[in-house]
Amino acid sequence: MIAEFGQFALTLALVVSLVQAVVPMIGAYRNDGPLMATGYPAALSQLLLTGLAFGALTYGFIASDFSVATVAANSHSLKPMLYKVSGVWGNHEGSMLMWVVILALFGWAVAQFGTNLPPTLRARVISVQGMIGVAFLAFIVFTSNPFMRLDPAPFDGNGLNPLLQDPGLAFHPPLLYVGYVGFSMAFSFAVAALLEGRVDAAWGRWVRPWTLAAWTFLTGGIALGSWWAYYELGWGGWWFWDPVENASFMPWLAGTALLHSAIVVEKRDTLKAWTILLAILTFSLSLLGTFIVRSGVLTSVHAFATDPTRGVFILAILAVAVGGSLALFALRAPALQSGGLFRLISREGGLVFNNILLALACGTVFLGTLYPLFLEALSDGRDKVSVGPPYFNATFVPIMIPLVIVMAAGPLMAWKRGNLPNVMRRLVWAGLAAVAVMVWAFLLHPDGPWLAPVAMGIAAWLAVGTLTEWADRIKLFRAPLSDSWRRLKGLPRAASGMTLAHLGVAVAIAGMTGASAWQVERIQVARPGDVVPVGSYQFAFDEVTEGAGPNYNYRRAHVTLLRGDRVITELYPETRFFPVAGQSTTEAAIHTTGVADLYAVVGEADGNGGWTVRFYENPMVPWIWYGALIMSAGGFLSLSDRRHRVGAPQRAARKPVATSAEIVPAE
Amino acid sequence: MRRWLFFAPVGLFVVLGGVFLSQLLLGRDPSHIPSALVDRPVPEFVLPGVEGRDGPAGFATADLQGSLSIVNVFASWCVPCLAEHPLISGLSEDGYRVFGINHRDKDAEAAAWLRRHGDPYTGVGADRDARISVEWGVTGVPETFIVDAAGVIRYKHVGPLTPQLLEDEFMPRIRALGG
Repeated sequence: MIAEFGQFALTLALVVSLVQAVVPMIGAYRNDGPLMATGYPAALSQLLLTGLAFGALTYGFIASDFSVATVAANSHSLKPMLYKVSGVWGNHEGSMLMWVVILALFGWAVAQFGTNLPPTLRARVISVQGMIGVAFLAFIVFTSNPFMRLDPAPFDGNGLNPLLQDPGLAFHPPLLYVGYVGFSMAFSFAVAALLEGRVDAAWGRWVRPWTLAAWTFLTGGIALGSWWAYYELGWGGWWFWDPVENASFMPWLAGTALLHSAIVVEKRDTLKAWTILLAILTFSLSLLGTFIVRSGVLTSVHAFATDPTRGVFILAILAVAVGGSLALFALRAPALQSGGLFRLISREGGLVFNNILLALACGTVFLGTLYPLFLEALSDGRDKVSVGPPYFNATFVPIMIPLVIVMAAGPLMAWKRGNLPNVMRRLVWAGLAAVAVMVWAFLLHPDGPWLAPVAMGIAAWLAVGTLTEWADRIKLFRAPLSDSWRRLKGLPRAASGMTLAHLGVAVAIAGMTGASAWQVERIQVARPGDVVPVGSYQFAFDEVTEGAGPNYNYRRAHVTLLRGDRVITELYPETRFFPVAGQSTTEAAIHTTGVADLYAVVGEADGNGGWTVRFYENPMVPWIWYGALIMSAGGFLSLSDRRHRVGAPQRAARKPVATSAEIVPAE
Repeated sequence: MRRWLFFAPVGLFVVLGGVFLSQLLLGRDPSHIPSALVDRPVPEFVLPGVEGRDGPAGFATADLQGSLSIVNVFASWCVPCLAEHPLISGLSEDGYRVFGINHRDKDAEAAAWLRRHGDPYTGVGADRDARISVEWGVTGVPETFIVDAAGVIRYKHVGPLTPQLLEDEFMPRIRALGG
């Protein structure tokens, strides 16, 4: 009964989204207030209806109602409650349902809080959100019904993929989806602005908080996914350039570029066509990510639902959304007038440089991800290649280096016309720190790759350069501390948020560099009693015991971590076998010192009393997650800025928009 | 601003969409990995020997010329390799030339492993960083190749050998190649 209720709510949501897509748009063209006003109740009811459907499916999982096909295929009565709930989105149907709930949430948010938007723009944005809703609700209702019944119902379910039964992964998809779907706001604003024919500074101001929110969640989602891969897959790696990882990384790169170019639109009223294009592309890449994961055109460890019908459906959605918006862009963007002019050496110049490099980086990841597909299509299926880390390291890293170098200088530049000698003078400390760290890193690891000390130096350059800018703003050490404190309180939160986010990048770069360059790995067969030296540590392999968890059996090794004669800690790496799924997972045991991880995995027995063990010393790895956390914290801090708060009453009457580009219909 | 530039994004997208559609409709299975190297000459390579192992040092392309050979990719840390080891040894006892590529291993451990479990290999190359394994298209250990007298790869098996597999897949091919 509950499932039928959910199905009914979902179908109704599809109908409502049709209304939401059509009526406010007509209203905006006729400038008809009542028609435009239907956007709000439509968006609200879409949120309530999709929310009800999601609740109904969640009930099915919690109550273990195995007459619902999705529940039977993905849950099991013995599963812990956390994974019963996370099982709702740990499968294709449920995750698509979550996708539309988040979409409806954003659509409602703009209807609810966007009261300071011009009514026609708001109506159009709500309508475009509605169109995306129609597409995805139709996709769910017609190809992936989560409420399909089974008759007769099985006695028990198949269980969730054991790899996904993990607290980190329980929260990874929701964060990632808030990020992906959040970019739909930038997309809807871009399409609405093209239809409206005006992009101005105010448009930039409205788009930024939505983009920032999506970016912040996406950063968290990607970091959580990478963390999961690091400790659950037991390979000692944290990023594999796997197609599905790339699918989440490309919108992140494009979204980062969008975040920065929207600043230029807001502050300087220029770069409009480019920003619109970025907004379209960022969401398109999010859709592409969905397509890649759901269609099976590219395989990867992540692809959990592959079905050509669904693939064709999503491709149709892509064609209409991406093709349509890009065609609209081609027709209407040329008429957008650019406002302010600027010199090459200026804040704008720095942001343009940032955008070019981020777009290039995104392009290389795109090529690397899709090249195997193109090659296969061109060679009629005969040639198969896989593009791996060497390609990405060779193309992506060289693009990032100049980006990070300029990143320290950009915020120190003035708008319009920067003073390069002055900026260089202020970066003296950053330069000294970079050289010192470079030398120090080289002395610590003289036989490591030469790029590693350089990258560590660049990270130090960015960190100190960023802090310099922040310290200058509050006149730290140059004015009495009380004066600095007063200035800090007066500093816009968005500025401190930028400082934090840039610092986070520096920390993450240090982590990625250390982890890639200086990892010490030992793979061998060990017998109880063996001591395996790894770097400056020793792993003493003591014994292996067996036992049972809630829905799995485990084999647990007891490993004592030593440094010289000193016992650091005991590690208990496990291999878990899930009888329901017939699948094993590895649970790495990780001891973190804050600057390095000591990582132990136990594998198979060799039948002669020995076990395959893998021990790693992973220097700097924790900094990757610290960096991502700091970036997200910067995003949230910036979001809490009064100027970004959507719908917050303005302190002063908004200045009339100085320049706005009116579109002249093309002849 | 040149107008055609504004049409470039949508143009690129149309091409991309076409490729996606053809891939979907042709319904190829992307997880199927063909053995790209089968019926091609073995890659050019020179591998150093495993330190601490007795016998001829190293393994290189030239060793595979002249008569039929079996090339086995193994590692001391790889449990399935141990499982198939008696079969590899059996091939060697039957008079076939068997070469080993020691994949991502420590020389001392590989040498100890060979001492403990027997050393059927005519030559073993130490591929410590898996560079040559990549050339051979190795996706994991163990893998076993049949190379004919002209140095052309004729068959590749991914995963451990089993007696069944040896009888059904390997021996007929080896006999057909005149080994």
